[in-house]
Amino acid sequence: MKLKAKADGPISFRELFKKGDTSIKLSYIFMGMANILNGQIIKGLAFLALQIGFVAWLVVNGFHALSMLQSLGTKAQGWVMDESLGIEVQQPGDNSMLLLLFGIAAIILILLFIFMYIVNLRSARKIFTLKQAGQSLPTLKEDLNSLLNEKFYITLMSIPLLGVLAFTILPLLYMISIAFTSYDHNHLPPKNLFHWVGFANFSNVITGDIAGTFFPVLTWTLIWAVLATATTFFFGILLALLINAKGVKGKKVWRTIFVITMAVPQFVSLLLMANLFNGSGPVNAMLQNWGLIDQPIPFLTDALLAKVTVIFVNMWVGIPVTMLVATGIITNLPTDQIEAAEIDGANKFQIFRNITFPQILFVMVPSLIQQFIGNINNFNVIFLLTGGQPANSNFHSAGETDLLVTWLYKLTVTAADYNLASVIGIIIFVLSAVFSLFAYTRSSSFKTEGA
Amino acid sequence: MKSKKRKNLVLHYTLLTILSIVWIFPIVWIVLTSFRSEGGAFVTYFIPKQFTFENYKMLLTSSTYPFVQWFLNTLFVAVCSCILSTLITIAMAYSLSRLRFRARKPFLKLALVLNMFPGFMSMIAVYYILKAMNLTGSLLALILVYSSGAALGFYIAKGFFDTIPMALDESAMIDGASKFEIFTKITLPLSKPIIVYTALMAFMAPWMDFIFAKIILGDNVNKYTVAIGLFTMQTKDKIDQYFMAFTAGCVLIAVPITLLFIFMQKYYVEGITSGSVKG
Repeated sequence: MKLKAKADGPISFRELFKKGDTSIKLSYIFMGMANILNGQIIKGLAFLALQIGFVAWLVVNGFHALSMLQSLGTKAQGWVMDESLGIEVQQPGDNSMLLLLFGIAAIILILLFIFMYIVNLRSARKIFTLKQAGQSLPTLKEDLNSLLNEKFYITLMSIPLLGVLAFTILPLLYMISIAFTSYDHNHLPPKNLFHWVGFANFSNVITGDIAGTFFPVLTWTLIWAVLATATTFFFGILLALLINAKGVKGKKVWRTIFVITMAVPQFVSLLLMANLFNGSGPVNAMLQNWGLIDQPIPFLTDALLAKVTVIFVNMWVGIPVTMLVATGIITNLPTDQIEAAEIDGANKFQIFRNITFPQILFVMVPSLIQQFIGNINNFNVIFLLTGGQPANSNFHSAGETDLLVTWLYKLTVTAADYNLASVIGIIIFVLSAVFSLFAYTRSSSFKTEGA
Repeated sequence: MKSKKRKNLVLHYTLLTILSIVWIFPIVWIVLTSFRSEGGAFVTYFIPKQFTFENYKMLLTSSTYPFVQWFLNTLFVAVCSCILSTLITIAMAYSLSRLRFRARKPFLKLALVLNMFPGFMSMIAVYYILKAMNLTGSLLALILVYSSGAALGFYIAKGFFDTIPMALDESAMIDGASKFEIFTKITLPLSKPIIVYTALMAFMAPWMDFIFAKIILGDNVNKYTVAIGLFTMQTKDKIDQYFMAFTAGCVLIAVPITLLFIFMQKYYVEGITSGSVKG
């Protein structure tokens, strides 16, 4: 099967070089020659211009950017003796950070160029096959038209993908590389250089100095993600059932009340909660006024209580979201099973446990796992509510309620330990990847079960 | 039997009322506080002793905290990135759902992987890239970052497009329509829920985003968005003085967003349920 497909498919580039005429051979060296010599002048010139531009960039910037990638700079900023002047002059020094960034950008550019080179060869191959078959070559107008038809995806996706390349892939590759360097608060460019250190940062996080912070934070992150997801999910469904129960009037009004809290920007509602639960905030004041407590409850300043508070406040934020989505599902659930169960004399709880809940769960598993991953990365709730406080003096730049993500933020913004932050970022990625993989296999097993 | 049902209903209403109070309470508190004329961040009572409009007046006229400017900045960023993001998301989702090309499957996997990295892991690098483009401290940078992120957030919209029957496209193709015509004349008119959902999310993001805006805009107070602007009023040394103005600002932001969301919630549910839930 496979062999046959290969025989039918386009010829390889090596064969093309052997069989092709001069114009095609030329386009192995000068991009677009096949197009230019066969009448597709504008397309060919575009290829050629691309190549000239690339070579010029390589000479002016590219080679330098690539060559510095290995050392990440050798000249530190500082005063050096200038022999010819006989005095010390300040030398600007290499900026490791920029060298790394430009180096990675250079690699991406080179890969893009290789891709365009292959596109050029493909174009030459198309000319070759069309000519052999005795067909006429597409004109510029036809080429442009195909961008609205069989190649419509190129039109739709090229600009968004450039954005992804510049603002997601390049930064990500950069940050991943940082994890293998010594870029921390002691090696801040441009004053100092940093260098490649291999896996040293990883071992530092897992077994070294930082392990004492890493493992408690990791544990809390996982506990938090499980509890936050489970509570909002479970109570969100209960709330949806409560509102959608038979006989309850004003469903829309009830729903709107909860939706309001969902629409309020989180930085408003969470900062507000932080004030509400403050030691001298209104909640404590009220409880004291009523004589229920003598001392203010340390909602946000006691390690354990802060964690509990965070989970409760997250319920306030998250339950309406689940409620809204679950409502959409509940109103579409088939009711015949429930009616049959009612006739058989099942009570409300039994119906919920055995019929409604499994059905909702079945539909919501994928979004549930997404929520779980979202909670591992739930920056807002922690950052705006507690800021990671209360502090723990045993931790490196982290507090009791800090999740891995907020710790990552602190490591970059406050501590300037970029290399550690990158390691944490990679670990978060691995966590998310493992859980999504798990989710993927689960949901596909669900699919086969459903079929 | 009937009395049992009635009891049940009473229980339902009681529970709903209690829950509603819990949920509405902080919101009522913020509205009340924004009209409070007595100073201080924390007072021991809920209902202000005296009501005033001073907090709003101060907020709208203050020159240290140019709230109107922040509001207009955010509105500008929100509108621009709403339009751009929606175009980008819909284009990406449509391509990956309805069109067939070689890189499609690998790209879907790549996007999944890229989405798993915590977003602001790369914010420092983004900052330097923008700096290299001489864009830091500008609203344009924010728009660029928000909309370029949209190219990877296509999964929900793709799920929606997947549910539109392929037979529609095929019959149009037989009638000689190009892909472009199918996209604009058949798919788009059918996709109102997902377009509104995407636009709504994209419009709301700049009002809520905090971290990226903070990093990119730095100390440029005149270019602040409301989220960062209001946050600066919350620092320990300023909170006593500005807390009421802060709450007033929160009310001014939250009211339009909330109204928008309430009117659009139908689309939110449709978008989410038809897009993501089917997995």
